[in-house]
Amino acid sequence: MTIDSIRTDLLAKKVSAEEIAREALKFAEAENPKTNAYLTFAPERALASAQAVDRKIAAGEDLGPLAGVPIAIKDVIVTRGLRTTCGSRLLENYIPPYDATAVIRIEQAGGVLIGKTNCDEFAMGSSNENSAFGPVRNPVALDRVPGGSSGGSAAVIAQGTAVLSIGSDTGGSIRQPASFCGVTGVTPTYGRVSRYGLTAFASSLDHIGPFSRTVRDSARLLQVMAGRDEMDSTSASAPVPDYVAALDGDIRGLKIGVPTEFFDGLANDTGDLIQAAIGKLRKLGCEIREIHLPHTAYAVGCYYIIATAEASANLARYDGVRYTTRSSAAGTLQEMYRQTRDEGFGAECKRRIMLGTYVLSSGYYDAYYLKAQKVRALVAQDYAQAFAQVDAIVGPVSPFPAFKLGEKVDDPTAMYLSDIYTVTGDLAGIPCMSVPAGKTAEGLPVGLQVLANHFNETTMFRVADAFERVSS
Amino acid sequence: MKISEQEVRRVAELANLALTEDEIVRMTQDLDGILGHMDKLNELDTSAVEPMSQVLYDAEETATLRADVERKPLSNADALANAAVSGQGYFKVPRVIEK
Repeated sequence: MTIDSIRTDLLAKKVSAEEIAREALKFAEAENPKTNAYLTFAPERALASAQAVDRKIAAGEDLGPLAGVPIAIKDVIVTRGLRTTCGSRLLENYIPPYDATAVIRIEQAGGVLIGKTNCDEFAMGSSNENSAFGPVRNPVALDRVPGGSSGGSAAVIAQGTAVLSIGSDTGGSIRQPASFCGVTGVTPTYGRVSRYGLTAFASSLDHIGPFSRTVRDSARLLQVMAGRDEMDSTSASAPVPDYVAALDGDIRGLKIGVPTEFFDGLANDTGDLIQAAIGKLRKLGCEIREIHLPHTAYAVGCYYIIATAEASANLARYDGVRYTTRSSAAGTLQEMYRQTRDEGFGAECKRRIMLGTYVLSSGYYDAYYLKAQKVRALVAQDYAQAFAQVDAIVGPVSPFPAFKLGEKVDDPTAMYLSDIYTVTGDLAGIPCMSVPAGKTAEGLPVGLQVLANHFNETTMFRVADAFERVSS
Repeated sequence: MKISEQEVRRVAELANLALTEDEIVRMTQDLDGILGHMDKLNELDTSAVEPMSQVLYDAEETATLRADVERKPLSNADALANAAVSGQGYFKVPRVIEK
């Protein structure tokens, strides 16, 4: 099912929105034990939205662009009256008093929110193994990770238990799971989608973005969510173009950059698939140019300094006062803070809070945090120079396809280094996405990353859509 | 070693984390590995580079201002609904001032 096919069926009265919602919920609940992709289902909310769509159809009113489409929401994005855990024990019983702007826009467009998806705790991880509610399994290969941190949102699309989903990306958390699960995932320009209601991890890097089966559906979902929101002062007021209208499959003459730095340390299978994808783009009439992003090798270090520093500040709010959970061992106020946080946070969150606190602490600020901010400027400059020569950039998303559960949990540095091809886009704040580029000999999906300049989502979508047409 | 167990203890205090002895040992190893990798940034001469704290784009100075009009805030009951412990319309915490 796609947004368009659902719309056609609804308008032809082949099926009602309520029937679609009931069927989607039933299928998702039945399939969930295989993957653990959903943490919470929202039957009442889904049926209410679906019935509202059916009433509009009966009255002959205009339908919103997402009318009747079952959508899953990553559990770091707040939903009023619907449990939002962030994958953390600390928020196991947290019921938000408001909706995220992205959620409001989706529901106003007729989207039917069917459930909340599992993720790494506070979106910190690259494998979804850091969820307090158990890992998500990759629907393509159940003994493997779905990627992270938006593993649940990628898995529900691969499994077919939602037509659309949204996730969040701070260092690759949408693109990498999209690549691992063989679906489309988009990180828009920083500020393109309001972060209001997205639980803060690293505020200068956090994005909300769509997942779907097709490029067209992601473009349409982004269209619905994008645009200025007065509740997020970093949301951009630039007009939102019609992304879908531009998808005609014709990308002749586009100049596409291939950064040599993105091909160091790539697994053989992945490298072959990416080269084949580049060959297809050439056949589509694109001019392929070798380019350089010379600061790529410094991006992971830079990213983990900035992201953990911001996270250490953002996660200070979970102190046993406002957010549901307080340690029963609490004596003094100070002990209450410490015990609550020690019992509540998982190992990865603690590691990042510690790292972030260290790099910001007196005597180390200049050596780490300030240095990282300067290196961030160099990474962004690499892209600015590249986009003076090319219209889009393509490369791999991850150095390797989905790995086995438990395979990398004991080496945090190695896990961090695997984010090498995704963190640069977040640091520069440019739009980037993963589109399926085939499978390895073992049957594991590999995504092609497509990056474009700030607010040039249209070019990114055009390249991904044209590629999708010739590869599927 | 980039970081000692003693420094890890100090940072845990700053971060309000009560780490166990086992966690301190493991954390010291993990942070040491990661900080070792971060040293790579020192290969770059950044003396002439302006730090980048945010992705910025062209916008009018008033782009983030809104009209100063009244609007309904979250109600007291809604604000307290997720409190660990509340009472009398407030968040309650352990006593901080001795008699």
